[in-house]
Amino acid sequence: MSTGQQTEHELYRSEPAVYVYEAPVRIWHWVNALCITVLCVTGYFIGSPLPTMPGEASDHFLMGYIRFAHFAAGYVLAIGFLYRILWAFLGNHHARQLFVVPITNLNWWKGVMHEAKWYAFLTKEPHKYVGHNPLALLFMHVMLVWGTVFMIFTGFALYGEGTGMGSWQFEWFSSWIIPLFGQSQDVHTWHHLIMWVIICFIIMHVYVAIREDIMSRQSMVSTMISGWRTFKDNRAVDDED
Amino acid sequence: MTETFYEVMRRQGITRRSFMKYCSLTATALGLGPAFVPKIAHAMETKPRIPILWLHGLECTCCSESFIRSAHPLAKDVILSMVSLDYDDTIMAAAGHQAEAIIEETIEKYNGNYILAVEGNPPLNQDGMSCIIGGKPFLDQLTHAAEHCKAIISWGSCASYGCVQAAAPNPTQATPVHKVIHNKPIIKVPGCPPIAEVMTAVVTYILTFERMPELDRQGRPKMFYSQRIHDKCYRRPHFDAGQFVESWDDEAARKGYCLYKMGCKGPTTYNACSTIRWNEGTSFPIQAGHGCIGCSEDGFWDKGSWYARLTDIPQFGVEANADKVGATAAAVVGTATAAHIAASAVKRAMQKDAQPGSQKGDE
Repeated sequence: MSTGQQTEHELYRSEPAVYVYEAPVRIWHWVNALCITVLCVTGYFIGSPLPTMPGEASDHFLMGYIRFAHFAAGYVLAIGFLYRILWAFLGNHHARQLFVVPITNLNWWKGVMHEAKWYAFLTKEPHKYVGHNPLALLFMHVMLVWGTVFMIFTGFALYGEGTGMGSWQFEWFSSWIIPLFGQSQDVHTWHHLIMWVIICFIIMHVYVAIREDIMSRQSMVSTMISGWRTFKDNRAVDDED
Repeated sequence: MTETFYEVMRRQGITRRSFMKYCSLTATALGLGPAFVPKIAHAMETKPRIPILWLHGLECTCCSESFIRSAHPLAKDVILSMVSLDYDDTIMAAAGHQAEAIIEETIEKYNGNYILAVEGNPPLNQDGMSCIIGGKPFLDQLTHAAEHCKAIISWGSCASYGCVQAAAPNPTQATPVHKVIHNKPIIKVPGCPPIAEVMTAVVTYILTFERMPELDRQGRPKMFYSQRIHDKCYRRPHFDAGQFVESWDDEAARKGYCLYKMGCKGPTTYNACSTIRWNEGTSFPIQAGHGCIGCSEDGFWDKGSWYARLTDIPQFGVEANADKVGATAAAVVGTATAAHIAASAVKRAMQKDAQPGSQKGDE
């Protein structure tokens, strides 16, 4: 980095901004975040219930309400996910990025390596991206997209056990997913384990979003609120398309 | 030719007159007209009782023990009147070569028309030497009898899934029936043991309608295995209310609260215990104050403690449940994140020190 040149540029800097996340994507992001929070909390308490309630059974419905919140949030998450897939077709090209990982593109893999080095403090500067950086895309695609798909399928399979044979939830999900895992107990266990995968993802996701905002060359957190990506320098971006 | 139902009834001292009365009563009970009386009588006079071969592999005979305690119908009625139980080494009078000869006789006489009931399963390791019947590995007897049968009933979790002898590390490689016999219809009646009435009902259904009951994807009769214990449990209101037994001797246990926290497997177990119950409908495990252990589910011996709600997951040779594994992973990620934050802050501070001029212009 030559400091002199940069300063000269930045004197005349007119920060270009790009409209990346359209309103439907932003709404989905925050609704999804809320759903995941509700699902993790209620899901945890379904597996390890709160201390026992005193009095008559007819006076309480605690487990019922916790399960209701879980199922309701699950439905919202699933419908939101379908809506997000639909928006990948209807929205701008950034809306598609989450679902299409260019795994055959060698340059993209170089980008992954570069970002990994940036996070390992092995390189001075990250690349500059309008969309998701390659490492972010890789993690979001694997852990969030496929994690969500897994949770929706196993979640409906478990839900279908309650709605019973003949219900669409049972026919579409439980009838083949339960035998696939062997029995219901293993489906519960995997549903539980992937929840923790998603929790790990959230820890990294929140940290990285804030860190990128502070230390990288483009805006991050504010972009998911306003939709606009702003930049801290006006050199060329690395994912021009 | 095996005996018909009529011949069996006559042999048991029922007169022709009583038999005809029975036929007219049956017709009335089924809402059929008087014209059906001779038809029923004709069917009873001509329909031969279905021969059954009941083989025993690696098992504990709990299925047989359960079967003979059936109350509706009584096991004696099933064995003596309804089916022709040609071979069952536990309850048959014959022994030794005489008994083994009956198998050959039945196979020859009713080729393709008998039902093969299997209790237990064949071990495949050591050339099947862990289970020897009449000097030969059980696997030989099973495949031979299966070759000529009409259909197979897999009694209990042994025949259906493997059960205890197939639990890890399964040294004899005990293998459920459907993994060695592929070309015959198989009804699984899992449970350790299955409920007595479920066993006799499956037999009765096949005899009465001369076809298999409707099965689910795993091959279990839908009429008994389509719902979980949890779905029809009489303690379910306590579950929904959030009222749980926390330890075996607490007030909640005495009040009969939900056993979910004590590791009850009712929510993951498909069986009819909470509706049909056991011993003439007297009770079932949950009613007796102990959680369901999930005995009718695949691999129930290998899913960790019967007294823990969350399944044990063996990893690196140490057992922990999903929450422990997950929370550990989350803690590692959290710690790594914190370390990364610190490193990032240091790096930023160092950059600021190194480039004071540029940083001023930047911010």
